[in-house]
Parts: sequence; C-alpha cells; structure tokens
Amino acid sequence: MDFQLSDDQRALRSGMRDLLGAVFDRGRLRAAVERDGALDRSLWRELGAAGFFALRLPEEAGGVGLGLPEAVLLFEEAGRALLPGPLVATHLAAGLVKGAAEGEAVVTAVAADLPAAHLAEADAVLVVDGQAPPGLPGDVLSGDVSGAEVLSGEALGAFVAAARPVRSVDPLTPLHRLAGRAVPTGAPQAYSGALHYEAALLTAAEQLGSAARTTEAAVQHAGERHQFGSPIGSFQAVKHLCADMLARTEPARAAVYAAAVTGDPAEIAAAKLLADEAAVRNARDCLQIHGGMGFTWEADVHLHLKRAWLRAASWLTVARAEELLAADLGAAGRLPRSSAAYGRPVPEAGGGG
Amino acid sequence: MDLAYTEAEEEFRGRLREWLAAALPGLPAKPSPDDWPARRAYDTAWQRMLYDAGYAGLHWPADAGGQGATPTQHLIFLEETEKAGAPYVGANFVGLLHAGPTIAAEGTAGQRARWLPPVLRGDQIWCQGFSEPDAGSDLAALRTRAVRDGDDYVVTGQKIWTSHAEVADWCELLVRTDPAAPKHRGISWLAMPMDAPGITVRPLRTLAGSTEFAEVFLDEVRVPVRNRVGAENDGWRVTMVTLSFERGTAFVGEVVACRRTLDALADEARRTGRWDDPVLRRRLGRLNAEFRALWRLTQANVSESERTGGVPGVGGSVFKLRYSGVRQELYEAAAEVLGGDAFDVDREWVLDRLSSLSYTIAAGTSQIQRNIVAERILGLPKGR
Repeated sequence: MDFQLSDDQRALRSGMRDLLGAVFDRGRLRAAVERDGALDRSLWRELGAAGFFALRLPEEAGGVGLGLPEAVLLFEEAGRALLPGPLVATHLAAGLVKGAAEGEAVVTAVAADLPAAHLAEADAVLVVDGQAPPGLPGDVLSGDVSGAEVLSGEALGAFVAAARPVRSVDPLTPLHRLAGRAVPTGAPQAYSGALHYEAALLTAAEQLGSAARTTEAAVQHAGERHQFGSPIGSFQAVKHLCADMLARTEPARAAVYAAAVTGDPAEIAAAKLLADEAAVRNARDCLQIHGGMGFTWEADVHLHLKRAWLRAASWLTVARAEELLAADLGAAGRLPRSSAAYGRPVPEAGGGG
Repeated sequence: MDLAYTEAEEEFRGRLREWLAAALPGLPAKPSPDDWPARRAYDTAWQRMLYDAGYAGLHWPADAGGQGATPTQHLIFLEETEKAGAPYVGANFVGLLHAGPTIAAEGTAGQRARWLPPVLRGDQIWCQGFSEPDAGSDLAALRTRAVRDGDDYVVTGQKIWTSHAEVADWCELLVRTDPAAPKHRGISWLAMPMDAPGITVRPLRTLAGSTEFAEVFLDEVRVPVRNRVGAENDGWRVTMVTLSFERGTAFVGEVVACRRTLDALADEARRTGRWDDPVLRRRLGRLNAEFRALWRLTQANVSESERTGGVPGVGGSVFKLRYSGVRQELYEAAAEVLGGDAFDVDREWVLDRLSSLSYTIAAGTSQIQRNIVAERILGLPKGR
C-alpha cells in the first residue's frame, strides 16, 4: 500500500497549476467575472490541447490514457483556480461528442430540476434523467433510470429556446431555468449510472481544491491583518477557525483520492458529502476571517462560496449522499463495490497507480 | 496512489490471521473492569502470547528487541487484531507505546537491557507521571521537584490522570530538576519504581463510574540517579522525541471498531423500526462518510510516514481533532438508536457514550490540537 501521489501524479498536478497560473491568473478571473462568466473559447481550446478533457480517453482514441486518480488531481486544480465552464460535463463527453476531447466543443449537462449552466454557449447538452445517482432500494440498476441523451443541432436550439435565462447567483456561471423538468426525448445512449458517480467525484475534486484555496487565503489574511497590535491569526478565536478548515479539508482529500482509486459508489458518496461541506464551510469561515472586506465584490472569497453552493447542489446532494451511505451500512446494506455495476465501467487507474 | 497491499503485506496479514484464529480461543475469560490485578494479568498474558509468537514490539526498532515492522505492517496488525476481537494493548499501553520507545531512543545500553525486555515479554508494566493538578495542557509548568542527594533524587509532588497506577511496576516520571531555568529547560525524565517508599496512589472515579486512573502523591520518594534517561534538565526534549514514534497508527483499532459499531447501529435501528426516521438514517449515513474518510486518512498518514521514515506531517493532530469529535457523535447517534434504553448503563453503547466524553480532552484537548494545527502546520503566529 502506498496511498501517496506518485512522482508522475505530482508532476501532473504541478503542471496543471503552472498552466492555470499562466492562462488563468487573477486578472483573467476578474475579467471573467466582469463578462458574467461568458466562456473564453481560446482558453477552452488551451485546456483541450493540454489534455484536460481527453485525459481518460485511451491513447489509441487520441486521449492521454490516464485514470480517475489523475483526473481528480486536475479537477482539484481547476477548483482552486475557480476555472469557469462546464468542465465536468465536457470531460465526460470526450469521445462521445465531437470536439469535446479537443476543447473545440463546450458540452454542458442538465439534470433534475437544477438550473443549467452555460446553456446558451453549449455546442451540446447531456440531458440526464433520473434521481442521480442510483443505488437505493427501488432504483433500477440499468441504463433506463439514469441514462443521458445528447442534444445538439436543431434539437439543442429548440431546447435552449424553451429555457429562461436567470440572473445567476454565481457571477462565473450563467444559468438557465428549464421550462419543465428535463426529460430525454429518446432512448438513453452512451451513458448510464456510472456517469452520475464520475461526475459527482470530479465535482468533489473541484470542491476539494476550493476548500484548500480558501484555507490558504484565510491563513494568509490572518497572518497579515493586524488588530489590537497583533496579527489576528495570533488570537485563538481566529486560529481555531483556520485549524477547523484544515480539519475539514484533509479528511475530504483522503476520501476524494480513495474514491478515485476504488471507484466505489459509497466512497464517492462520502467524498462528495465531505468535499461539499469542506468547500462551503471553509468559504464561509474564510469570508468571516476577512471581516468587512470579505463581504465585498472585490474579494474573491464570494466567488468560491457561490460556486461551492452550486457544485454542492449538482450531481449528488447532501440528502442523497447521506441516504446512499445509510443504505451501505449494516448486514442488510452494502452498495455494489464498483460504480461499474451501474453501467459504463470506471476507467482503470493509470500511470504509476 | 495505490491502496492495494503488496504480496509481502498480504502474506503478513495471512500469517497473522492464522495465528489469531489459533491463539484467541486460548485466552482466559475477560476480567471484571473493576478488578485491576485481574486486568493486569489478562493484558500481560496477551502480551506474552504476542511475544512468544514474534509479534511483540512490532513497531519497535530491531536493536531495541522489536520486529522493525513497517508502518503498513503495523497498520495491518492493528486492523486484524481488532477485527479478530483480540485484547486491546490495555495495561501495556505506556510501556509499549511511550516509556519503552523513549528508553529505546534515549536510554543507555544498560537502561535498554534492563527495562525493555520485561515490557516486551509482558513481565512488567509502566504508568505515566506527566500531568499535575496545575500542569495539564501547559504540561511544562509541572512542579514536582527532584532534589539531588548523593546518588538519588528525592522527589516530592503530585501527579494526576495516571492510568494503571495501582498495578504498575514503573512510572515514567517528569520532574523539575532546575526551578530557576525557563520552564521547558529544567525538566528531567526518571524511571520510578512504583514500590518505592513515599508513593501514595488514590484512584479517581470517572463520570462513567469506573476507576480508570489515579492521583499519585510523592513524598520524598528516592529515585536513583542512574534511573534518569537523557541528561539532567533535558527531559522535555527526551519526552518529545518519543512522540515521533507516532506513525499515524494510534487510532487504527478504534476506527475499525467504530465502523463495526456503526454497522451494528444500523442493524439495530432496522430491527426496532427507528430506521424509518430519515433524520436518524441520514445521521448514520453521514457518520459512514466520516469514518470512511478517517480510515483513508489513516492509510494516507501511514503511507506518508513510511515514505519519510518519520512523523506524519499534517497527520496526527488533524486526525485527532476530527476523530475525537466524530466518535462522540457516533455515540450520540447510538443513544438515539437506543431510545429509552439509552439510560440503562448495562445496555451496549451506553458506557461507550460516557467514555467517549474524554476523547476531546485526553492526550491534548481539541483546543490544544487546534493551536498545534494552526501554529505548526498552518504557520499562524503564537499568541493567546
């Protein structure tokens, strides 16, 4: 057992951090806020060229041939940097929607009664049916319950026309409300339940990155800001908030990384639950530590909090995750040990494992 | 990131399982929790079985009589013994996990030969004389005095929270040898024989009703100077060195036990119908996430210490902070599962609920853990 990042995985992570530092620095983050989150297509293509979307496609299909553990590291960096866009949906659509792997196409997803992100800019939409993800008694463990349909072209145009744009709480994520609940018009195609779990895990990885980033920001501010003649981080009332932030982040990290290695639905549910909580609560504490400045538009912390709220509501909610994890308990419980039981197999861990 | 165990690790696990299956039926009946001599006999008999089978001092270095096992092997050992229902380290705790490693790291060859083999064989047990009534979280404020008189120190003072004091052979004792020095620099580490004249042990009753620890009064107790480990006034460093033996494995058995309890709570709630309450169900589901994550965090910490050969970085304090709170939540949930039976001390989980209240206090309160996390890991300035 060696539950540490391999050298290749460390290199991948630092490479992604360097790339985002170069192509999506704070200036570009704030510029994205000023244009209400409208996507930068050239940035999207740069991500595609770097293999962000094609990461888990086999090499013979033009992909990078890596696995979920590596994908989780990239999404963690994306979450740290507040990288906008339907990253999870486009990553999952690679190999299924033309241009997704290369970053030529923007693919978003709509599910349940959540607002749809970046709908007007999307070249294709994954319409996901069912209560995501399956696993509870009464759920049918087949493609019927949780398949997805890909909409593009005219069908997409009609779909978008029927949707209503809303003023989004998150300045980095333009949202549409759908006229009714999204119902696929045809038979589910490429995906089944595994999509929910993979999407939940990659979203959890973004939450993890955000939670770690707001911890760093809080610690930095607490070390610099002086009141009563001392850095506020020397006061236990403040430093204990910071300690609790790390005590949320590190268990969530262990859960997210482990879930990426095992693909176990219960572990993915645990990872999403803990990463959602870490991202939202850490952003709240970071905001509190920043005092009045934390309540301003100028500080970045509100961007983390709003995005974390949206991600927490996506793919696997707290209520659903807790029910799945309850169903997993006891002699009567136990979910299948692999999300492969729900359809498309989770790719094998690649690289150095 | 590889969660699979190597062939050698699985082989170690397989041999251990075989041995446990053969050895555990030979254990005597569990003694009454209030019968300390019987508890000592039971715990030391188990230690002797481990010794004879080659599992004693698994994590101690080979040159201290240990097995020099890797942190992962130690993790497997703790996981498997807990799963098999083997006895806990019990009365051997201080000798095996603190005093012994301290002597192994800082003692002379003579001191190691004198004190370590009896610990490994289960012949002698140790207790810990660190905390005092006025030195708890601020341990370095301890005031128990040791005054040199010929070849002896004459020790006078009071210690508290000393587990197994009534039945211990030795006490690892922190004393003040230089009252004029800054508080961390005037402390020495002594091995005090518990049968020396001048020692009075008074058991303390916990809120769970049992006598888990004691006060120890020291009235001019003579301790030979050759029982000092490390240099005079260097006792604080000597003690802290031992903490680096902590390799992320401290709570392995407990996390395994908590996960089993959580499964049993779900079964019980399904049996009684309380499972139909979605609030309770979701509460148990959340605890499933917490203990799964704590298990994975343990594996991460053990892997890290295996790589660095030293202390887990983020590990110990973050883990303890989270674990101690979650364990208390586990038994709060248990009380909800029990309903009206939660007030019957003889029902399973009720005493555990009471005992769990010490978790956020013992071995560094959660407030001290937060200071450690904030100052030593996050680098925030010291202060109040």
